[in-house]
Amino acid sequence: MSEKTPSRLEKILRAGHLAVTSECGPPRGSDPEKITRKAEMIRDYVDAINITDNQTSVTRLCSLAACIHLKGMGLEPVLQMVTRDRNRIALQSDILGAASHDIHNILCLSGDHQLFGDCARGQNVFDLDSMQLIQTVRRMRDEGKFLGGDDIDRPPRMFVGAAANPFADPFEIRVPRLAKKIAAGAEFIQTQCIYNLDKFELWLKQARDRGLHEKVHILAGVTPFKSAGMAKYMKNRVPGMDVPDEVVKRMSGVPKEKQAQEGIDICVETILRLKEVEGISGFHVMAIEWEEKVPEIVERAGLYPRPDPG
Amino acid sequence: MIVAEQKPIEEIIEMLKDFDRILVAGCNECVTVCEAGGKKEVGILASALRMYFGNQGKKVRIDEVTLERQCDHEYLEEIRSNIDQYDAVLSLACGVGVQFMAEKYFSTPVLPGVNTCFMGVTEERGVWSERCQGCGQCILGMTAGICPISRCAKRLLNGPCGGATKGKSEINKDLDCAWQLIVDRLKEMGKLDTYETLMPIKDWSTERAGGPRKIIREDVRL
Repeated sequence: MSEKTPSRLEKILRAGHLAVTSECGPPRGSDPEKITRKAEMIRDYVDAINITDNQTSVTRLCSLAACIHLKGMGLEPVLQMVTRDRNRIALQSDILGAASHDIHNILCLSGDHQLFGDCARGQNVFDLDSMQLIQTVRRMRDEGKFLGGDDIDRPPRMFVGAAANPFADPFEIRVPRLAKKIAAGAEFIQTQCIYNLDKFELWLKQARDRGLHEKVHILAGVTPFKSAGMAKYMKNRVPGMDVPDEVVKRMSGVPKEKQAQEGIDICVETILRLKEVEGISGFHVMAIEWEEKVPEIVERAGLYPRPDPG
Repeated sequence: MIVAEQKPIEEIIEMLKDFDRILVAGCNECVTVCEAGGKKEVGILASALRMYFGNQGKKVRIDEVTLERQCDHEYLEEIRSNIDQYDAVLSLACGVGVQFMAEKYFSTPVLPGVNTCFMGVTEERGVWSERCQGCGQCILGMTAGICPISRCAKRLLNGPCGGATKGKSEINKDLDCAWQLIVDRLKEMGKLDTYETLMPIKDWSTERAGGPRKIIREDVRL
């Protein structure tokens, strides 16, 4: 398979390297330093940086502007785009806006429901769903056409990604859902945070049985716990998250001042185990408001230095 | 049916406080079935209003009527002969009935006594839930008879999303995930493989997005 875009992430994956991506959440304000400082901490340790799009439906500086700041630093952004807040006019328009800044990666999502955020009384859009957004970007890129059928002058050249949550219900639909995203045009997948490795490996095996790992690059998602409290919160309060009891127990079993280190250790162990699993093309390290720990995680996981794709 | 629920009495009183002659008008259709605006509710509400205004020392005439339907000319015509006796009508019909009454009796204030909520079913006595949003292009044939537009909080046509947990929606632990229901039923019918058919981008122009809708059937017009 030859490259379809100038994306650095695509080059690294197609060259067969284990890719490393991370993500930064934009600030709740307009200070660009909040985003550039986070990116600076991780710049040499990752191949691309996702910028979240009003995650958990809390209003923030927009993903596109933050991606442009990253681009200005010579970094490789992954534009996250949710269908919750924009109709097909706005989605296509923002894709072109990103393309005009030579942003070469996009992650297509439906987005958390607005009830979770600071505008619970607002409308949502969901004109398209995540699969249809994937199709839209692929059509814009590969056919050079708008959804309405007209030609695009200088079509976007984006490597197209999607999310997968192997832990949400119903489980039996999770691999078919992955297949569906691939059929829609997804080229890379970033998964939900993995704590239940057995269940994740079962999902991956089912994906391998269908040869899906050869059709898409799967980046395993990991998030280090900062504390036992965070582990409990993720287990009980975050929809679609699977944190096994023994992981919570392990976090609770060490003194408070050592819990952060334990969280990092668990994260590194997860990567080391999954590195050996067939079908894993890389890792998506989501250190939530803890970007300074990404270098340690990446180094200890044996993923440093990052390859130069040329 | 169209499901509605009665507005808080305080809100109703606030709307009516400046009127002396009020007609409380129920509807014998949907709002009767969902126990929000039928003959029974008209009687109870009218009594409560009489009692309230009486206690305030305000002389108010409150009459009651329940029409067969408030969304048809012929039944609304039944009150034409005495509509001028009233300063205002409090309609307990759905928003459709309130508006049709207001169109017909142009100079009389027609006020809503219920909040019109959704098109739904009676799950059991006292429990109603949504089933349809009238998108104008039914896809139930492709979704195992369960509508993701009205029953998935994100209207996902290729769901379920990553937030579904133990068969429930991410927005509410008491709300079934529509896609769990769809998958369960597809499985039961031996058609789970059809889940992988990509549902195309929807034409929303037949929905609210396309502007107020109207159907004209020449074959049945008089």
